[in-house]
Amino acid sequence: MVTQAGPTEQAIWEVLRTINDPELPIAITDLGLIREVEVEGARARVTMVPTFSACPAIGVIRQDIRARVLTLPGVEEVEVELSFAEPWTMKRMTERGREQLRQHGLSVPPRLGGGEVTCPFCGSTNTTLENPFGTTLCRAIYYCRDCKNPIERFRSPSD
Amino acid sequence: MSLAQSPLGRRDDLRAAFGGYLLALADDELVLGHRHSEWTGFAPDIESDVALSSVAQEEIGHARLFYERAGDLLGGTPDDLAYGRAPDGFRNAVLVERPNGDWGFTIVRMFLYDRADAVRLDALAGGPVEPLADLAKTLRREEKYHLLYGEQWLRRLAGASGSSKARVQEALDSAWVEAESLFDPVDGHEGLVAAGVIPTAPDAQRAMWSGQVDVILEAIGLRVPEGRRLPKGRPGGVDGHVRDLNGRAGRHTADLRILLEEMTSVWRTEPGAKW
Repeated sequence: MVTQAGPTEQAIWEVLRTINDPELPIAITDLGLIREVEVEGARARVTMVPTFSACPAIGVIRQDIRARVLTLPGVEEVEVELSFAEPWTMKRMTERGREQLRQHGLSVPPRLGGGEVTCPFCGSTNTTLENPFGTTLCRAIYYCRDCKNPIERFRSPSD
Repeated sequence: MSLAQSPLGRRDDLRAAFGGYLLALADDELVLGHRHSEWTGFAPDIESDVALSSVAQEEIGHARLFYERAGDLLGGTPDDLAYGRAPDGFRNAVLVERPNGDWGFTIVRMFLYDRADAVRLDALAGGPVEPLADLAKTLRREEKYHLLYGEQWLRRLAGASGSSKARVQEALDSAWVEAESLFDPVDGHEGLVAAGVIPTAPDAQRAMWSGQVDVILEAIGLRVPEGRRLPKGRPGGVDGHVRDLNGRAGRHTADLRILLEEMTSVWRTEPGAKW
């Protein structure tokens, strides 16, 4: 009897690296949303850690993961599970992810937390909080007192 | 670890009571989230508009997560639970169904509610039902922004000139009794506390809340209302009849019925519709 080999975890990780967050121009792996990939025969299981639990993009991301992983040869079933066992923090984001968000025009906190809010346009730290809530749950609005631009600051849940 | 493997184990009574408790939490978040969303486009300034819309989105998202877990114990999908029940099936506290009134009442309610929510999330986070403890820890980090926001506005309104302080005090006086009722027990609550599923009894949670809230109100210069709590709820109008209100037992005001009629209209027209 010939059994077709199932996919490898590595092949799934590679597919996941090509899926972008629908609201941010970075891969979900650079955002640190994927915690674990497990394969059992033709079944793949992806465990996801959302930035904010109420983020409306979660549904779209789960669908994207399911659809894309299903295109891998040997995959018949894909389960995408949300996990709250460990919190999402800035540490989960890669340096490349941070850089891409900066390129996109966001002010991004350092991976180890803290830090001043730097204006992504002029580099000034003479900035002030305008609104702890922004266009998405993961953004706050600041204002740059030097170049007079409003700033979108990536924010994580508060510790 | 799933809910079934938790200390709830095979105790049907505890599973039903805990399902009811989670339903109450979900209903609070859904109904208040809906009220907050009514400010979208109408808040006093654009920042508040964005903030209240975000808080609404977040509360409704949290409701969904609690409905999922309540559904594991009681049956039903989050949509079934959110849209498919009559008003007397809802277990939210009456406080959250009250219409928004003015901005002062909205802020006072937000402040009192989010403080209460923090106390009960702390209790769940320290509890033995692992999936709920994990979830509570997650929500607590997100809710911190709501807490800060409500408190900041309360301070601003209480410190403003003109009629602002008097109006916010009036809102506080009118919300107080119903805010205390946020800690009213659900069916089988005693058993949950006795079995350690919820580590802190409702009265103890209420006392913690009141301690925290009193300190902040006094620091802001607002008068802490007298405890006027009536054990069996207080008289109120429901569809023209005067009766005791108790949201945790499904006895609501007509305001909830009106809210649900609007919120569920699409679902009732086309059950299972996605939009």
